[in-house]
Amino acid sequence: MDWLNAGVQGVLLGGQYALLACGLSLIFGVMRIVNLAHGVLAVLAAYLSLVLVQQGLPLSLAMVVVVPVFAALGYAVQRGLFNPALAQVRGRTSGELAPLLVSFGVAVALTNLLQEVFSADTRRIPTGGLASAGLPLGELSIGVLPLITLVVATAVIAGVQLFLARTATGRAMRAVADDAGAAAMTGVDPKHMYAVATALAFATLALAGVFVGMSTQFSPGYGDLVLLFAFEAVIIGGLGSLWGTLAGGVVLGLAQTIGAQIDPQSGVLAGHLVFLAVLVVRPGGLLPRSVQA
Amino acid sequence: MNVLEATGLEVRYGDLTAVDGVTLALTEGETVAVLGANGAGKSTLLAALAGTHLPTSGRVLLDGEPVTRVPAHRRVRRGIALVPEGRRIFGSLTVEENLLMGRYPKRPGPWDLRAVYDMFPLVAEMKDRRGSVLSGGQQQAVAIGRALLANPRVLLLDEVSLGLAPTVVTQIYDAVRRITEAGTTALVVEQDLDQALRVADRVQCLLGGRTVLEAPAAGLDRAAVADAYFGTHPRRGRTPAR
Repeated sequence: MDWLNAGVQGVLLGGQYALLACGLSLIFGVMRIVNLAHGVLAVLAAYLSLVLVQQGLPLSLAMVVVVPVFAALGYAVQRGLFNPALAQVRGRTSGELAPLLVSFGVAVALTNLLQEVFSADTRRIPTGGLASAGLPLGELSIGVLPLITLVVATAVIAGVQLFLARTATGRAMRAVADDAGAAAMTGVDPKHMYAVATALAFATLALAGVFVGMSTQFSPGYGDLVLLFAFEAVIIGGLGSLWGTLAGGVVLGLAQTIGAQIDPQSGVLAGHLVFLAVLVVRPGGLLPRSVQA
Repeated sequence: MNVLEATGLEVRYGDLTAVDGVTLALTEGETVAVLGANGAGKSTLLAALAGTHLPTSGRVLLDGEPVTRVPAHRRVRRGIALVPEGRRIFGSLTVEENLLMGRYPKRPGPWDLRAVYDMFPLVAEMKDRRGSVLSGGQQQAVAIGRALLANPRVLLLDEVSLGLAPTVVTQIYDAVRRITEAGTTALVVEQDLDQALRVADRVQCLLGGRTVLEAPAAGLDRAAVADAYFGTHPRRGRTPAR
């Protein structure tokens, strides 16, 4: 029974990781950039919605505000920071190192800024009992919030996937990921398309941040852990594949809860070991694919 | 009025001047072939016309409007479509998705998916295959179809024959000929003189980034083209036969 419970909780936890990882996966898939500010930006979204809730806004309304604000922020960050960094390295051998370093700078600066403004105290977004609510299922108890998170994660990934597969803009985004120069020859502005991808990624990241803030105590430094888990989910699932990222999140969640079932101290370690094993066995991830379709 | 016009175009790669003061004009419905050896500046000239590599001086006019500094993605929207060297097919997109990328600028005109499939029946059969699995000839057909779907004012074709088997090259140029005969204004960069002469109304030979010969394609003196091609000067260089 305990093992079954660990399995169910692992899948549910995986939903949260997948939601966190979705944006990281998208940015990597389109631009080959690893956004190291991903975690702290999710934490920023959590703080922002916490402030809005404290001002008396209902949580659902806070999300409606935070998600578009982050989409706009994503567009601006891409055009203002990542695109100039990309422009410096394209055509040379240094690859995507410059945007990586830029995102590292953003992460460090933002973490410190959050500490200045909110102090290092841990916070949590009040949910009015939602975070502790459970649905009885036989002898198991399914957490309502983790269940909602898993459903939202699946819906977000399915939505982004549909957008990429079925819309002209999604098609152009995949074309830019394949060959930005050739895409420009068909009338697509790669800089704009990169910014749209980052806007979408930031929107999902903001949503993920709010869900993390509801389910966990967070502090300005919590972004490091968020980035780590999101990155592990992306790698386990295969770089650049969104459904792979969902699978990767679930595998990571399962590894952590089953690991904790074996030894309560070793849950997170078990997740890291699975990540390491995947890297050793298949450096491209479980479902390797260069670009999402 | 000229559809596409370039005057005094100079294009550099660092210290190297690849195109050195080329002037060129295409009238409505005309097909011009730019000939020359490797490194003559043909592809660079096309890059400057398409906006993928901006010139250091000179002007490019499209329907009389200056587009010299307009970036490539906006030039397509205004009607300059390039079939790039190496074809540049999107490997992870299907054939049909590759073609639909040509519709991205949403320019009105006679070319739609059906017209392209009629032109290249083999492409129609492969519409659900990924771009990465196509042969060179199939990729070339898709690249031409993709450019046509932009319904361009002028079509730029860069080294269409490169790396393809002779029979495939002939098939591709059969299609190019039908396209240009239907009234599309086209600029063809080609090393294969025979194929270029099948479609061109006029030829312009480049050597070392400069125009060395301009002539109508009909009744073209091949020896003159060869001289322009290699930069030889037979009348002065050869010793008299006697």
